[in-house]
Amino acid sequence: MPRPPLIVRWLAPALAAGLALLPGCFTNKQHQGERLYAQHCAGCHGEQGQGLGTLIPPLAGSDYLAGHRAQLGCIIRQGLRGPIVVNGVRYNQQMLGVQDTATHRHLSPAQITNLLNYIEGHWGNRPGPAGPRTIAETQAQLRACGER
Amino acid sequence: MFLKSLLRRGTLPLLAGAALLLAGCQDEPRRLPILGERDVRANPNGGPADTIFATVPAFRAHDQNGKLLTNQSLAGQVYLTDFFFATCPGICPKMNGELLKVYQKFGQTPGLHFVSFTIDPDHDTTAVLHDYAQRLGAPAEANWRFVRTSKDSVFALARGLFTAAMPDKAAPGGFAHNGTFALVDGRGHVRGLYDSLDPKEVARLQEELPLLLAEAQESRKKS
Repeated sequence: MPRPPLIVRWLAPALAAGLALLPGCFTNKQHQGERLYAQHCAGCHGEQGQGLGTLIPPLAGSDYLAGHRAQLGCIIRQGLRGPIVVNGVRYNQQMLGVQDTATHRHLSPAQITNLLNYIEGHWGNRPGPAGPRTIAETQAQLRACGER
Repeated sequence: MFLKSLLRRGTLPLLAGAALLLAGCQDEPRRLPILGERDVRANPNGGPADTIFATVPAFRAHDQNGKLLTNQSLAGQVYLTDFFFATCPGICPKMNGELLKVYQKFGQTPGLHFVSFTIDPDHDTTAVLHDYAQRLGAPAEANWRFVRTSKDSVFALARGLFTAAMPDKAAPGGFAHNGTFALVDGRGHVRGLYDSLDPKEVARLQEELPLLLAEAQESRKKS
């Protein structure tokens, strides 16, 4: 049997190595928003974004989300103090900024983007005319409140 | 400190497990263990020694409607406790949200009460507690009392109910505490401890609560 051309001899192992690395490209990133929500938000805002009585505002069908798109990145990072009105109900409970409890680090702009796209696309919420968020949009929002 | 290490080392689950095994030896229904330290006192008449079990420290508190609540007024009643504060941005909403679920299932049971102690009595006045209870969705004039007592008393109570709670400037809202639910019987003995932040623990509470309620009913019949 003739020896295969040099290019094939090189290509085959390279392909194999590439295939082995491929699963790394198919991480669960598209569900990152959902996972982050369950981890950081669902405790107070509920598994379906329903909120808790009139103590914690709902995220499901929330007019506040629709009306404050530009502030949401900073609210996740820094939390919220003082009264707000959501769907006609006044809430006044401090919200903490979201940190990864394991690393005590802020969520990254990419994580915040995935989280907000999840929230803004579920439970009757719609992303709005601007469409889903990009990481660049989140970064611009964070810069505006002194975060990065 | 002792309690903390006790909880951390998992002695309580072991005790609970031992009680479970013991129950298997008898035909009687499973009984929840009495938790905490115990003291064995010799009988002066030479009979079997008495075992004195720890009880919840005495307290005097006022609820969201200004009504007095004491350990005496709860004598003979089963009650479930937690420690919170109204401005708590950390675990309290989750914890009281879980207690609300338990309340929705068991709240109508005669002889069962729910008591949420504020660990920030300076801020949480009767009016604040009233507003909080209403916002959480606890029915008015119900057997779920949101109460305030003195600071000293509430931290002693927390210790007696195996709940870590202390002022801590570094903690969110100014208090560090955990989300323990304590189940107390009609004689003031702690019969169960559950971590409200763990769904499995809340499920265990819902399995064990009927056992204690049955026991309470049984002892009412006898007396």
